[in-house]
Amino acid sequence: MSKGVAITGMGIISAIGNNVAENYQSLIQGKKGISRVSKIKTNHVNDIMVGEIDFTNEALEQQLGLTSDNNYSRTALLGAVAAKQAIQDAGITDINAYKTGLISSTSVGGMDMTERYYYDYLEDKSTQKYIEGHHAGDSTQKIAEQLGIEKSLVTTISTACSSAANSIMLGARLIKSGQLDRVVVGGTDCLSKFTINGFKTLMILSDTYSTPFDENRKGLNLGEAAAFLVLESDKVVQAENKKVLAYVKGYGNANDAYHQTASSENGDGATLAMQKALDIAGYNPEDIDYVNAHGTATGNNDLSEGRAIIRVFGKNVPDFSSTKAYTGHTLAAAGAIEAVYSVLALQNNIIYPNLNFKTQMKEFNITPQLALKEKPLQTVMSNSFGFGGNCSTVIFSKEQ
Amino acid sequence: MKNVYINSIASISAQKTLDNTSFLDTIEDYEANVLPVIHPNYKEYIPPAAARRMAKGIKMGVVASKIAIQESGLENVDAIITGTGMGCVRDSEKFVSAIIDNDEQYLTPTSFIQSTHNTVGGQIALELQCKGYNFTYVHASTSFESTLIDAKLQLELDEEKNILIGGVDELGEHTTEIQKLVHLVKAEAVKTSEVLDSKTKGAVFGEGANFFVLSNEKQASTYAEVVAIKTYNTLAETEVVQEAIHFLNGSNLNIEDVDVLILGNNGDVDFDAFYTTLAEGFKNTQQANYKHLCGEFNTASSFGFWLASKVLKTQTLPEVVKANHTDTTSFKTILLYNQYRGENHSFTLLKQC
Repeated sequence: MSKGVAITGMGIISAIGNNVAENYQSLIQGKKGISRVSKIKTNHVNDIMVGEIDFTNEALEQQLGLTSDNNYSRTALLGAVAAKQAIQDAGITDINAYKTGLISSTSVGGMDMTERYYYDYLEDKSTQKYIEGHHAGDSTQKIAEQLGIEKSLVTTISTACSSAANSIMLGARLIKSGQLDRVVVGGTDCLSKFTINGFKTLMILSDTYSTPFDENRKGLNLGEAAAFLVLESDKVVQAENKKVLAYVKGYGNANDAYHQTASSENGDGATLAMQKALDIAGYNPEDIDYVNAHGTATGNNDLSEGRAIIRVFGKNVPDFSSTKAYTGHTLAAAGAIEAVYSVLALQNNIIYPNLNFKTQMKEFNITPQLALKEKPLQTVMSNSFGFGGNCSTVIFSKEQ
Repeated sequence: MKNVYINSIASISAQKTLDNTSFLDTIEDYEANVLPVIHPNYKEYIPPAAARRMAKGIKMGVVASKIAIQESGLENVDAIITGTGMGCVRDSEKFVSAIIDNDEQYLTPTSFIQSTHNTVGGQIALELQCKGYNFTYVHASTSFESTLIDAKLQLELDEEKNILIGGVDELGEHTTEIQKLVHLVKAEAVKTSEVLDSKTKGAVFGEGANFFVLSNEKQASTYAEVVAIKTYNTLAETEVVQEAIHFLNGSNLNIEDVDVLILGNNGDVDFDAFYTTLAEGFKNTQQANYKHLCGEFNTASSFGFWLASKVLKTQTLPEVVKANHTDTTSFKTILLYNQYRGENHSFTLLKQC
């Protein structure tokens, strides 16, 4: 059994940067990565804003040194880039020196190629290589291959927008129980017509910059991203004299059991998830210094989450903000993106501003952090909620 | 650490498996390249108005979970962990084709919502009003085994007492069509009795839902104990026997201790060698197959898990699943091995209680 679950490496690619350092610079400069969609041909181009990554698939393939006969979806490409950064950041040269697993997450999987070649598959042989890349596990298998992970536990979680938080949770539990010494955890999702149109039919896409926790919020911006973290046991940290970036201290998953897509009015599932995470961490609510909220800027989420935060923290709600106005909502990757941001917050004792906020919500009187704030941080709580009532909370800390 | 038991089972498959009092007594003999399930009478379990809106995968998952919970004698479970390779793929097909055919217009959200991979797990939570832990694993042929790993971890550490796990996948017409083109699905219709020896490319595909209540407390209904489970993203054919022995040794067992070896071979000439190699290593052991009965799909191994549970509880091995003939009549320990197209291998070890 390992007492601590150490984070020893991180990698990320998002609309606000192609690596950890670039993401941090954008965060502290208040620079958002939201624009009109350019890489996907959609009729909704003028109705929505997205967080898009600049690189084309070809550029990403080149970075990974893939030959032209590869069948990587954009999800797999982004995931492989971020996961490789994480391994490098953790200073890992021999991945199989310790029992190493990979837990990735995705909601889109290879849908970007499926929607592109859906009917072409029937006639054009050259497109058929992507057929086997459709299922969600395919991107994970490719990332494992890119990292050189062999004969090990490799799996994929898909619980909509809480997916990557859940992959961190499972990774932490596998390390604590001693089943693995090291786990690469995270998530990846690319933009697709499928998700653009899906969220469009639910009428929760904003036609302008998203405004989390604002009274007049109009919905979310979709984004694409991938992020991975390396989790290691006490044994590995000691044996390798590893620099620890932060610890995964608590985690909780609960189901709202209210509606397939909407959150309950008072955020029952979210409340349970936060409380479970505090229990596992052995913390009281007052031990949390900053909450990186799910904060999608939909009418439903921000009200439900805000109420849940008040239920958990009472009168002493800690500083909180959503970073989704920077990156867009990156779906299955969001929990990992925000895990990286939470660790960066701890490392730099910084709380990020909740961009685009203008008007206080009338249902309650809590207000997100609006300006960049320096403050000694010991703990950060990160929330991720998804369809199917899936609610997840992870707590990161400086101390084991 | 606590032991982990299978306290109830439920199977919806291409065979008559819904009734737990029978055990493959009569076999549906198909001649096809896809095997749809024999549908339960959904109305007995789900109000018709709700059932009409539900995807096939959701309906199968909800019914199988209700049967499993009923058999376990529980009112509810502490957690729900679902495995699915493709989710409700028919709704994914519907939504993608509607986007293309109607040029992104006139779309409705239902098929988008139901194409979310955790829609089955979410719907089961809704039906049961279960606010507990709820995960969905979507990792090809180890989707179901991932649920098993997760549940076992929590039950051993006594974090939860009763966990519903299951594997569910549905057939989709377009998906089958394109899978034929790349020889995942066999081009020709094959008889159930002949598919495992067909020596052609691809598999006969299927669908189904197999759900189980796992618990860290044994009860009268208990089928078996889950001793060990391990998955491998890669494994070479030459390593399969050695890895099986290593896996058994981890539970202080050897080849001789295994009473039945249940193999996930599907009759794909390109990938069945993994199974024949392992079978060769266990040549004195009773062996069994099952994918001729349920078809191949990402969570087909959950049917194998169902089969093993039944064998251990009833102490019978139906003739139709026997791959060889030995004089084994007592079934105490069962080893399952599965892989799909050379990837995502798993060993699962079950023991009689």
